Amino acid sequence: MLRATILAAFAMALALPAARADDPVKAAFVYVGPIGDHGWTYQHDQGRLAIEEAFGDRVETLYVENVAEGPDAERAIERFAREGADIVFTTSFGFMNPTVKVAKRFPDVKFEHATGYKRADNVATYSARFYEGRYIIGQIAAKMSKSGVAGYVASFPIPEVVRGINSFLLGAQSVNPDFKLKIVWVNTWFDPGKEADAAKALIDQGADIMTQHTDSPAPVQIAGERGVHGFGQASDMDAFAPAAHYTAIIDDWSAYYISRVQAVLDGTWKSGDVWGGFAEDMVVMAPYTDLPEDVAADAAAMEAKIRSGEFHPFTGPIHDQEGTLRVAEGERADDGMLLGMDWYVKGVDDKLPQ
Amino acid sequence: MTGFEAVILTIVTAATPLLIAALGELVTERSGVLNLGVEGMMIVGAVTGFAGAQLTGSPYLGVVASMIGGMALAGLFGFLVLRLAANQVASGLALTLLGLGLSGMIGEAFIGQPGLKLERIHIPFLTDLPVVGQVLFGQDPLVYASVALAVCVSRFLFRTRAGLALRAVGNNHGSAHMLGVHVIRTRFLAVLFGGACSGLAGGYLSLAYTPQWVEGMTAGRGWIALALVVFASWMPLRAAVGAYLFGGALILQFHAQAEGIPVPPQFLSALPYIATVAALVILSRDRWRARNDSPACLGQVFVPDR
Repeated sequence: MLRATILAAFAMALALPAARADDPVKAAFVYVGPIGDHGWTYQHDQGRLAIEEAFGDRVETLYVENVAEGPDAERAIERFAREGADIVFTTSFGFMNPTVKVAKRFPDVKFEHATGYKRADNVATYSARFYEGRYIIGQIAAKMSKSGVAGYVASFPIPEVVRGINSFLLGAQSVNPDFKLKIVWVNTWFDPGKEADAAKALIDQGADIMTQHTDSPAPVQIAGERGVHGFGQASDMDAFAPAAHYTAIIDDWSAYYISRVQAVLDGTWKSGDVWGGFAEDMVVMAPYTDLPEDVAADAAAMEAKIRSGEFHPFTGPIHDQEGTLRVAEGERADDGMLLGMDWYVKGVDDKLPQ
Repeated sequence: MTGFEAVILTIVTAATPLLIAALGELVTERSGVLNLGVEGMMIVGAVTGFAGAQLTGSPYLGVVASMIGGMALAGLFGFLVLRLAANQVASGLALTLLGLGLSGMIGEAFIGQPGLKLERIHIPFLTDLPVVGQVLFGQDPLVYASVALAVCVSRFLFRTRAGLALRAVGNNHGSAHMLGVHVIRTRFLAVLFGGACSGLAGGYLSLAYTPQWVEGMTAGRGWIALALVVFASWMPLRAAVGAYLFGGALILQFHAQAEGIPVPPQFLSALPYIATVAALVILSRDRWRARNDSPACLGQVFVPDR
């Protein structure tokens, strides 16, 4: 009897690896904020849901919210690796070093880190070219503004944000060379009250187009209340200001996440770096609403030109604030310059905080 | 609307939630209880207020719901620190964490929905007066309520018997107990009042300030309110002045930036706390006043032994 039990246990143990092959792929997500931010983390979670939708039983997803950047992150990432996750997505810049550290200890687990630059055989990186969308909303702003002044609620002076400001203004200047941009730094990614206050200050000072690089729908909501217009950020925010919301730059991670999980299923996953824009469907424009037909059509046409690679928002000549030529006539800024951007283009009415 | 008027209006909106939350905490601390859970009660108030307004269709019922939400959490805190005599600092911090998590759970269904806005009042003729019309007669009802609350709390604390009893409990709970004041009951009511105010302040955010629900939308305002109580040296009218100063600094900074005047945003984010430290330094120079102002039994556990 005892022997039979032991044999059975052995048989089960032996059978286990075989059963594993049919197990679903485990995809885990580490989020920096709450899913309920209706912005950055919310969009990553939409990507996770898209995976579940696409693969059904063949995938199992796990996630953890509100992980602080730092030692906590390492613990959260390691826990997923130990629990048998096949692929772990870490979705904030500050998770870079913890991800690389954990990846060294778990060579069989695949890691994907968003917006970073450190890679390994089992660590890939990915990010999105939001600046492509910003060029388009810059053009729309210049066409729709009566005062010729736009307001920009900005978070922190890092290259990602500076690049967005520059791209927006280059787009606006392509329509109206004298277009003005007022910038307020709120020193946070997420504080609806402060973002609203900054938007009010900007509108009180003559801006009649509101745009933002912070995560809550507050600025566009204030624009709606005050009878001016604006754009959504990260997700479609039309519901918060139905009459004021022209369009939004949406982060869409679904296609990328699906392709990466597919690669794991097929056994073809390889480390790499993807910086995707319109062409990869990573950046998507929300429907153009409340716009004259020709403006909406021009915006859609520009979107197609950027998508096909026919046009690049950072095409020279581009001068910085001091008047130094940064990108020569007809040339395009390379990715290295874009990733490290710490200067304003000519025409920005602000000094970059240090 | 003139530029000046617009600035004042924005300052008032920014200061109101700070003032309401600070008044509640002020009363709680005057009774000798230190509740560090303001942030948690505020965020729960924000979500219950938003939910109440969405479900009933009335922002006013939302306001009531926000107060109930804050009070529910405060009741739990009161039970822990008064009945079970738990450590107030630890319980308060736990309350903040609990509130942040709980609000996310309650609010899940409401993400991405535009909220109902508590409309500003409009009195024909008066509101249309130049310069002062909007500021004096065109605010939302809670702004007037907050100013009235500051005056009422001040009168209650220093002009009524019940206020005297509350201060006595906060200054020397042993003596108050011997004189027949019900220490635990007084403190519990003060804690509940603090919770209602914190909840209301949160409701102000999700119903009047930015009518929406997003997780973590209080973004540290509860901590500023706590600092404000110390800054005001536990005096309600000083808290009102402080709230408008804090709000004013924030808004003027944004206007300065939009004008192109470089101000380091980090410095101004830290300003409320720097001002509080400065106020503490000034207060502590005068020994007698420092002793007179702060409730002597603040944070101390009271267990009636007979």
